[in-house]
Amino acid sequence: MTQVLEEINVVDPPPRKKRIALVASKGTLDQAYPPLILASTAVSLGWEAGIYFTFYGLDILHKDRFEKLKVASLANPSGPIQLPNILGAMPGATAAATKVMKKWMVDARMPSIPEFLEMTRDLGVEFFACSTTMGVMNVKESDLIDGADVAGAAAFLDYASEADISMFV
Amino acid sequence: MTDTKTERGLSALGEPNVDLDCSGLLCPLPVYKAALALNQLNTGDLLRLVTTDPGALRDVPAMARQRGDTLLSVEEAEGRQVFHLKKGWLS
Repeated sequence: MTQVLEEINVVDPPPRKKRIALVASKGTLDQAYPPLILASTAVSLGWEAGIYFTFYGLDILHKDRFEKLKVASLANPSGPIQLPNILGAMPGATAAATKVMKKWMVDARMPSIPEFLEMTRDLGVEFFACSTTMGVMNVKESDLIDGADVAGAAAFLDYASEADISMFV
Repeated sequence: MTDTKTERGLSALGEPNVDLDCSGLLCPLPVYKAALALNQLNTGDLLRLVTTDPGALRDVPAMARQRGDTLLSVEEAEGRQVFHLKKGWLS
């Protein structure tokens, strides 16, 4: 079925760009994807997008850790491998769950987390690195990928106060 | 099955400036790649976009609305969607 839409005049640009402000607080592979998917989509729509990486979420910006994010096999009833918790605690179970999810992503032609970060950064997504997390977990600025801005809650809230949408992941 | 009105409408769209095939790609990639392609075009240029992600039927019109591009046509058959988009004001 072909639907030809009535042509309308090109609309004028809005007075300012829309903005989304996201908090990424989880450091597991499955939870790293949603904020990056939303941010990459937002900038594709012509919006501004910023992500505040805090607590375990800071691992997503960590050069030595972002390729090693894992999926929990324990207490994760929706995870890629279905195991009773007693077995999910066995050595190798988390690695197995992670391997399965990574294969799903490759088979579905989804970008890896490092690829997603590059895609979003190239389109101007702002990365805020939580300075408190860095202090608590002893993470140095040199441990983070290029383009990460070290900032505290006030700086992020200042950014988010101008946002149309804010989400905590 | 297309009627004469539809054929006339589609041919009136003209040749696309860019033809982008996003078959097999899932959200957010069709929108992301379409946006990259549209960003390279001038206002008024045409993009033909092919997708197979069923979500694209909602996503591509939403993208066009948000970016200020114009969705000229949607064609769907056997799990494949073809969109014609006219680049708007976004640079």
